[in-house]
Amino acid sequence: MKSGHLLRTAFLGAAIGTAALGVAQAAEPPLKIGLLEDVSGDLAFMGMPKLHGSQLAVEEINKKGGILGRQIELIHLDPQGDNARYQEFARRLLSRDKVDVLIGGITSASREAIRPIIDRTTTPYFYTNQYEGGVCDASMISMGAVPEQQFSTLIPWMVGKFGKKVYVIAADYNFGQISAEWNRKIMKDLGGEVVGEEFIPLGVSQFAQTIQNIQKAKPDWILTINVGAAQDSFFEQAAAAKLNLPMGSSIKVMLGFEHKRFKPPALNNMHATANWFEEIDTPEASDFKKRWRAKFADELYINDMGYNAYNALYMYKTLVEKAKSIKLDDMRKVIATGEACIDAPEGQVCIDPKSQHTSHRMRLISVGPQHEVKVEKDYGTIKPYWLGEIGCDLTKKNDKDQYTPSHLPKKS
Amino acid sequence: MSAELFSVFYQFADVFAFLILSAAGLAIVFGMMGVINMAHGEFIMCGAYVTVGLVKLGVPLAIAQALAAVTAGLIGVAVEYLVVRRFYKRPLDSLLATWGLSLIVTQSMLLIVGSSITGIGTPEGSFAIGGYTFSTYRLVLFACAVAVLIGLYVTFMKTRFGMMARATMQNAAMARALGARTGRIYAISFGIGAGLAGLCGALYAPTMTLIPTMGATFVVESFVTVVVGGANVLLGTAPAAVFLAIIRMALNASYGQIIGQIGMLFAVILIIRVLPEGISSVLVRRGR
Repeated sequence: MKSGHLLRTAFLGAAIGTAALGVAQAAEPPLKIGLLEDVSGDLAFMGMPKLHGSQLAVEEINKKGGILGRQIELIHLDPQGDNARYQEFARRLLSRDKVDVLIGGITSASREAIRPIIDRTTTPYFYTNQYEGGVCDASMISMGAVPEQQFSTLIPWMVGKFGKKVYVIAADYNFGQISAEWNRKIMKDLGGEVVGEEFIPLGVSQFAQTIQNIQKAKPDWILTINVGAAQDSFFEQAAAAKLNLPMGSSIKVMLGFEHKRFKPPALNNMHATANWFEEIDTPEASDFKKRWRAKFADELYINDMGYNAYNALYMYKTLVEKAKSIKLDDMRKVIATGEACIDAPEGQVCIDPKSQHTSHRMRLISVGPQHEVKVEKDYGTIKPYWLGEIGCDLTKKNDKDQYTPSHLPKKS
Repeated sequence: MSAELFSVFYQFADVFAFLILSAAGLAIVFGMMGVINMAHGEFIMCGAYVTVGLVKLGVPLAIAQALAAVTAGLIGVAVEYLVVRRFYKRPLDSLLATWGLSLIVTQSMLLIVGSSITGIGTPEGSFAIGGYTFSTYRLVLFACAVAVLIGLYVTFMKTRFGMMARATMQNAAMARALGARTGRIYAISFGIGAGLAGLCGALYAPTMTLIPTMGATFVVESFVTVVVGGANVLLGTAPAAVFLAIIRMALNASYGQIIGQIGMLFAVILIIRVLPEGISSVLVRRGR
């Protein structure tokens, strides 16, 4: 009786196994995309468009036959804004799900949490946010804008228009600290003055003291690189106290769509530079927005990181198809030629061989009293040149460091 | 000089109001009833969302805020009846149950309402003294905090319900033997606590970003204030808030927000080390 049962199970198992093998041989298995994006927790409102951008790209690519004839499969996990969970999920995607590529991460803290894990593997990693710049890592391809594209355009413009005295409010972690360092460097080059710098712990939501500090320091304008929903309360409170100072930022409007979340005129007189705003109105951008809205009709705002997340999948497709391989080393050979380019909704963007960062067409926008967005200046395409200039060259060696103006590579 | 002086008072009033309003509800639920309510932040979030929802439907702000506090209070009564009631003798289990509740509520809000909703803007105007401009609404918050303290004092010291409630918290069995309907008193007390949390959310809603996890920004401050204050809500919470507000304001002004936060938590550790029962234990002993 018992042995009969065992025999039957074994037979059944064998039958299922053969059937599965038959299916597997019929079509190549899909390429697995591991995606780590916050869709709950403090940054969910920014992370949701990232998931949607990825889903839209996957759907489009699959409809047109996939990558190298293989369909792609998205495996999304939600780390809920918790860096420990980012690490746990990155390990799970890499070792258990054996993904072919890892994409995602919102804050610079989350990126730095998972980067060492990626670095121990041969899996490529796409970081899709704008950030404080400087990561020279052979495993990482950065799709977002960096300081030489954002601060080097924004800060001179703000100084020229509003004056040489700036007050900085920044989130107190690597993004805020390093961005503030960039501001100090650029202000110094311009002969400007940083009249105050305030670093704020994440989660702080009350800003009466900060507003008073700003009034005491009498700046010409404020650089706002505060992060997350709690810290965004600054805008409402500053407006209620009639602070009325021009503001500049590398993350406001295009990432957190504060102009959609706050009642006017809280974001009045905000200026920002980025490679994407939903308000950009070119034929390619409009077509992209139409496709997005067809799939996600009630998206509050198609933000920059969601847009970059969409591009990341097309960039991956281009790299794999040009390399005719899903191996990181083969893909990097394509990047080294300087011909890793895609036609994105902003125009053509290419990966810089030395730093593996992306060139972008940068625009400066301003927000008006009714929160209407106006494009003030189009800078054209700006290459991510800084890492290459200071000596990062990923075509020659496999670096894994992050550099800042005060932490440059050793001259060899 | 007077501008500087007023600025100092304004900062104090601002921090004091934040501490009192976030802690008032918890002072009753945790301080008096001994229920570790991890869903306190979610009652605050509920008050904020109801306020914004009603204002968008055209209800005047002040009425929307009052209705939001009442809504949170009623939900509090229901939660007491369905969940908390079972855990009065098991405080650690109440922690788990209310934490679970908080997770469920946050995620449900995320699924139903979405990750963020647009704000309604801060009412009232602003005024200027010297080189500074101030938001008038911040002073309204301070006035509300003082009103909440007075209201609590009157409710628990001058009314029949307050007397029965204090008796129930001290010795439920004896109070029941003497004819107090302790079950109802617990439910109403929890409802008042939830309602005050809702009021906090309602009052801060116009000044903040609304996301489902927004309650979390209040929770640390509220627990800290209640723990420093000790078991007696009336003698503990207010002095604790004054004390913490002065420390935080002074450090914020001289060394920035980070030191302000660290300094406040450091002061809390010191106080709990010296006065494990909180500030109110000293005041109560003095009074005897």
